[in-house]
Amino acid sequence: MTLDVLRVHDLLVYYDTPAGAVTAVNHISFGLKAGERLGLAGESGSGKSTLALSILRLLKPPGRIAAGEVWLDGVNLMTLSEEDMRQVRLARIALIPQGSMNSLNPVMRIKEQLADALQDHGVRLSKRDVAERVRDLLQWVGLRPEVADMFPHELSGGMKQRACIAIAISLRPQVIIADEPTSALDVVVQKQVMETLARLQKDLQAAVILVGHDMGLMAQFVDRLGVMYAGQLVEVSPVRDIFTQPLHPYTQMLIASLPSLEQKGTFRGIPGLPPPLRTLPPGCVFHPRCPHAVERCQTEAPLFREVRPHAWAACHLL
Amino acid sequence: MTTLLEARHVTKLFSSGLLDRHATVALEDFSLVIDSERPSITAVVGESGSGKTTLARLLLGLVAPTRGEVLYQGQDLQNMSHTTWRAFRRDVQVIFQDPYEVYNPFYRVDHVLTTPVAKFKLASSKAAARALIAEVLQAVGLRPEETLGRFPHQLSGGQRQRVMVARALLLRPRLIVADEPVSMVDASLRATILGALRTMHLERGISLVYITHDLATAYQISDNIVVLYRGSVVEAGDVELVVKQPHHPYTQLLMSSIPLASAERTWTTDSGTSTMGLQAAESAGCKFADRCLRATSPCLQAAPPLFHTDRYRAVSCYLYQSAPALAVTEMGKAFTGPAKLSHGDGT
Repeated sequence: MTLDVLRVHDLLVYYDTPAGAVTAVNHISFGLKAGERLGLAGESGSGKSTLALSILRLLKPPGRIAAGEVWLDGVNLMTLSEEDMRQVRLARIALIPQGSMNSLNPVMRIKEQLADALQDHGVRLSKRDVAERVRDLLQWVGLRPEVADMFPHELSGGMKQRACIAIAISLRPQVIIADEPTSALDVVVQKQVMETLARLQKDLQAAVILVGHDMGLMAQFVDRLGVMYAGQLVEVSPVRDIFTQPLHPYTQMLIASLPSLEQKGTFRGIPGLPPPLRTLPPGCVFHPRCPHAVERCQTEAPLFREVRPHAWAACHLL
Repeated sequence: MTTLLEARHVTKLFSSGLLDRHATVALEDFSLVIDSERPSITAVVGESGSGKTTLARLLLGLVAPTRGEVLYQGQDLQNMSHTTWRAFRRDVQVIFQDPYEVYNPFYRVDHVLTTPVAKFKLASSKAAARALIAEVLQAVGLRPEETLGRFPHQLSGGQRQRVMVARALLLRPRLIVADEPVSMVDASLRATILGALRTMHLERGISLVYITHDLATAYQISDNIVVLYRGSVVEAGDVELVVKQPHHPYTQLLMSSIPLASAERTWTTDSGTSTMGLQAAESAGCKFADRCLRATSPCLQAAPPLFHTDRYRAVSCYLYQSAPALAVTEMGKAFTGPAKLSHGDGT
């Protein structure tokens, strides 16, 4: 039994609005094992990106972490000073941000951006050693050495994404959080980038949290998948189980709505809409759209519990 | 057989600046016929830069082709009388990708529905207009009382996109050009919108050109498919054939790259070794040759024509040169008829 490298406990995140606080992450707890690939899937507004940024304490106002703990290797990140947290980021837990192709500085060469990250985290190296380190990092993510002297606009989308991955892994973090890392890339390039990420993760023995809405990408990449709905984690199961025997009714309907390449079928969307986060329904958040809802679902929030070995879900009917 | 809309040898070049001699080829020698009597759903699939949005804009007459022509009932879109334009604007509707950008945030969503009713005099009275709008909203699964009177920001992306489908339906068009209509919509709503488009095709006999980067939704909705790569058709024909047994090396690469949403892993993320170079220069031959594992010298010299490999498929690749070549204007010969339709079948 491997130990958890990261533990999120009862995390609660609000967005303050003039009309009151909106709950974006609603009492979420989960663990991440060393070397594991965990997916966090959900539709827009389900809180998956907010959760990712909160773990790194990168959430900007009006977002606000109201309660909860994030344990990384015996340290609760929520209690660290701002400066200590800054040192933990990148060195121990790194982010590959959403639309990271736009997160590179357009007026700095790739090698300067890589060196910047190293120096900022106290890596003191001679000029020649930095150049060598940059070359190694680029090679590691599958980029040619010439890329070091290039500016971001000279690179294709997939190459920029690789450069971002190179920065993220430059200090050999234990945890990599990738927030929709390939959402702007074509499928062929997406596959190459994800294969690169998989190889690096193996080499580093790092754990990865992949945040996204593409269930296909999740199916192909992660070991375990968490499904979010209206700020809550409704199910966390081994990824195979999610596709073969999903537990939560929302997961079941989500899987059924995916277009298949195997067989033509009728289109089965999920009727209704996710609830507004400001006025969540009482009881289970999914009950207004759930075809199996009973009276209890309208009044009592279901507990998130282990329904089958390693498979957790929050539903009264299970 | 009469044609509603036809693209004939259409090429579109984009050049930047006065002195730029290296124009970018957005679309090259493209032909497509939309029959007016036999409604069809044709998917056009390609990655970014394949020319699919340029194709949509050409079919709608929003940009003029550099070479070739787009014809509406035999008349060139670039050279049409005011009356014909009016008929065209009614017969051919569009659904754009971004359900956020197409609305004016200061108007209620009603505006996009009442404007066409007024412009095309679709209703004789306010009550009739109201009934008409309610009918099309219901057709796309929206409740009029929950939709009308709201501002765009009060609706979700999926709702906004469905209002756009309703707007297109309002004019009782014969063809809808949909450019990535569901790419910005969540998975659970994607199915609802595609379902609405398919129903509208089956019940009202409206043809659809469905432009997308997503092969899975293309497979689900269409009868025929056209695969574009850097502005050229690489494979076209019956969607079952193209998706299930792709012939062109590019289509094969595309199919194998799709992350399948199933318990079965088709990706080898355990032994990934891919590296990536800089983009290759343009060549006179096949545009895919620089990435193709099976490329030989003829591929670099001249672009391959479409080879009619099966009754319902054409492939632009020398691997299939034993099959008879097909002129690009005859690409439609590789398409299946509207088998699922009972009405209006003229074959």
